[in-house]
Formats: sequence, structure tokens, C-alpha cells
Amino acid sequence: MSKAITLKEAVKKPDLLASGHRLCAGCAEPIIARLVLKASRGAIIATTATGCLEVATTIFPYSAWRIPWIHTAFENAAATASGIEAAWRAMRRKGRGPLARYETLDIVAFAGDGGTYDIGLQALSGALERGHDFTYVLLDNEAYMNTGIQRSGGTPYCAWTTTSPAGTVIPGKREWKKPIDEIVIAHETPYVATVSPAYPLDLMQKAARAFETEGPAFIHAISPCCRGWRFPSNKTIEVARLAVETCFFPLYECRVEDGRPIYKLSPPSLAIAKRPERKKPVEEYLRIQGRFRHLFRPERREGLIERIQRWVDRRWEMLLEKADL
Amino acid sequence: MKEAKPGWRELPFGAVPYKSSLEYHTGDWGVERPEFDLEKCTRCTLCHFYCPEGAISFDAGHPEVDLRYCKGCGICANECPAGAIRMVRKG
Ligand SMILES: Cc1ncc(C[n+]2csc(CCOP(=O)(O)OP(=O)(O)O)c2C)c(N)n1
Ligand code: SF4
Ligand code: SF4
Ligand code: SF4
Ligand SMILES: [Mg+2]
Repeated sequence: MSKAITLKEAVKKPDLLASGHRLCAGCAEPIIARLVLKASRGAIIATTATGCLEVATTIFPYSAWRIPWIHTAFENAAATASGIEAAWRAMRRKGRGPLARYETLDIVAFAGDGGTYDIGLQALSGALERGHDFTYVLLDNEAYMNTGIQRSGGTPYCAWTTTSPAGTVIPGKREWKKPIDEIVIAHETPYVATVSPAYPLDLMQKAARAFETEGPAFIHAISPCCRGWRFPSNKTIEVARLAVETCFFPLYECRVEDGRPIYKLSPPSLAIAKRPERKKPVEEYLRIQGRFRHLFRPERREGLIERIQRWVDRRWEMLLEKADL
Repeated sequence: MKEAKPGWRELPFGAVPYKSSLEYHTGDWGVERPEFDLEKCTRCTLCHFYCPEGAISFDAGHPEVDLRYCKGCGICANECPAGAIRMVRKG
């Protein structure tokens, strides 16, 4: 294991994602990407599935990537990452080629929820099963944002999107959020972690552990989108924090040891597990986002809010059981 | 920003974006910018990590904003634990 990351050291590390990108003001995606890149060990190659991060950081003729970067289509970030790893190993074996001299290589794939829960799932599943040594970062803004806020498998229940409109009959999305972490863990993925940009040190430490992991690592980041979630641009971190404080998006790590998943809650969620009275009602998270506005106006939809609370509670209890708490 | 760009025939294989985004200034987005009260600031560095633009540096030992890139989102001011950042009008 390399030296533990501290804010004091990380602040000195130059950003590998440059300013001048064109993601919306207040977007969480570049915050997460900057933090992940700060945790890299040295040589690093990134690939991005089509989505806001990719499009807004590579508008012709500019690029915000200060590292080797490979464009990927919407559906195959994990396949591209697999190819990078295979190429690196081949060059090492033959002792020639531009990657031959790197003893370690951090390979990172960034993809959105559309590119992960939906269209990229088979590429991801294949790469996990083949056991490639790479880190996959899911930037979960819970809809297809780059094409105008369409619902995905990662969109939560009742959220308004342009393809799950909220009206008198339909209350926004009618399906629940797909349990992507469990799907990835079921592949016996060596390292899985959830992160929130509200906790930068936790995020960088987990990214560092993901890079250190031999074999595939999966980082699931909640990525509030002020544009599509309908909140003011200065509230991004506040929303990302409330997701954790309400247990809508708990923070944990899961390592597979001897074929068994070992869950470990991360400090912000562990504090709630120890003092359950600290768990905030999910309503506090929903209320500040316009995409859930119809749950409160013109009249309060108590039944729906309660149903979401029960979903949060049940999943939180299941997580505590898995973490032996 | 209008400029003559090479066509696809002139581009080298594989390398499409050939300029750093640092040459593209996003500082004219939004109407506000942060102002730091360095007396109140505890140098916790959180504003550096939270800024989506990477526009806040600590090279001088205290927070400094690069106005060529700050989009005025207001995250830094909203998150500063010491209340040391105030949003003011740009320009
Ligand atoms: C095969 C294919 N279908 C559709 C598109 C159009 N497209 C580009 S980005 C995108 C949505 C991306 O959503 P997500 O993965 O959630 O990333 P986000 O933009 O939300 O960060 C779509 C549908 C595409 N590029 N390729
Ligand atoms: S639409 Fe959302 S995810 Fe996309 S750049 Fe804007 S804030 Fe970020
Ligand atoms: S967040 Fe506030 S207290 Fe912390 S370094 Fe920035 S200005 Fe100073
Ligand atoms: S207002 Fe936003 S873009 Fe400007 S320095 Fe603060 S966090 Fe960065
Ligand atoms: Mg998305």
C-alpha cells in the first residue's frame, strides 16, 4: 500500500483534468473526476463513455485531459479499458512498445448511469468476469443528462425526467433504482465502493484503493446534476451530502475475500449506524430537488414519500446486516 | 471564440483534440465570483477540492481564484466551513 492520502498533500497535486472544460457551472462530474485523478499513483490512462463528462471535456479542438485519454462510444467503456490493459500486458511481455516500461498502470474508465446501468452493462459484466485490472467509475447523475434528462435504470422512483414526466396520473418514474452495486459485487469484483463528492478525502482514499487493487475495481459516485435535478448550482455538495445523511446513498466498501463479500461502512455512514437518531428523513433530500417537487406541490403526496422512506430504510437495514452491524 | 480549424484530412491519426482547454476561458460564465476573507479562512483547503473548475489554488499558501475559469457556481461560498467566502458581482 502506498502512503495514505491527506488533504494537505493532495492540494499540492496538480489537477489532471484541466480548467476550461464546458460542463455546467456547479456540475458534480468534474469534482469527482478531479478527485479520482488526484489519487492516481503515476502513469494513468483514462477512457470515457459518451456522456456529459466526455462531451464537455473534449469539445473540438480542445481537451481538458492532461493524461492519455481514449474516446469510447456510449456502450463500451469497460471494453476499451479491457483493451488498454491487454495492450499494456502484451507490451510488458514483449518488452517493447510505449507502455512496456510501466510497472504499474492506472487504467480508469468513466461512464454515466446510462452508460452503466443500461447500455454499457454487458461490456462491464464481461470485463468484470474476465478480471481485467482496471478501475471503473460510475458517475451516477441518475438520468441521461447529456441528451436532455431521459430516465435510466439508475433514476430513482418518482423522479421527474423528460421520459418519466410527473402528472396527475404518473408520479414521475414508476420503477425503482436498479441495485447496480449488488450486480457488480455478484461478479466477485475484488473492490467495490460508493462515494460522494461531499467527502473528498473518503473519495480520494477509495480511488487510491481501487487503483491499488489487482483486478477490477468499481467506484459508484453519486453525482448531483443541478440542471437535471433542478436545484441551484451552489447546492451540489449540499445535495451530495444529504444523499448520505439520509441513507439514500450510504457510503461503504466491499471487498471479496475467498469468494465472500466483506462489507465495511465508511465513516459518514458508520456514524449513523452507531447513532441511528442521526439518520435524516429522506424528505430532506427530496425537498430541495425540483425533480421531486410534485411530491410536495400542489399537495403533499404522503403515500409516495412514505414509500420512498420505506425503500431507503429497507436497503439501509440490509446493508447493516451485510456489514454485520 | 471563432477561429480557423483544420479539416479532418489535416489531423494526425488518433489525436483529434489538439489544444488544451486551458486556452478556452469560461470565466465569462455566470455573474458572480468568490471573494475570500483571509482573516476568517482557516486554510482547510475544502474549496479547492469542491470547485468543479479546479479554479481555486493554494500555491500562495491561501486560497486564490483564477477568474479566467471560475463559472460563478457558488459552491465554494456555500461550503466554506468558516464562512470566509462571499459571492460578489464579477467585473
Ligand atoms: C449508441 C448510442 N446511443 C445514443 C447515444 C446518444 N447519447 C450520447 S450521451 C447519452 C446519454 C448519456 O447518459 P449517461 O450515461 O447517464 O451520462 P450523463 O450524460 O448523464 O453523464 C446518449 C443517449 C450515443 N452516443 N450512442
Ligand atoms: S447536465 Fe448535469 S451532469 Fe451534465 S454538465 Fe450539466 S450539471 Fe453536469
Ligand atoms: S473553504 Fe473557506 S476556510 Fe477552507 S480554505 Fe477555503 S476559504 Fe479557507
Ligand atoms: S464559484 Fe464555483 S467555479 Fe467559482 S471558484 Fe467557487 S466553486 Fe469554483
Ligand atoms: Mg447520467
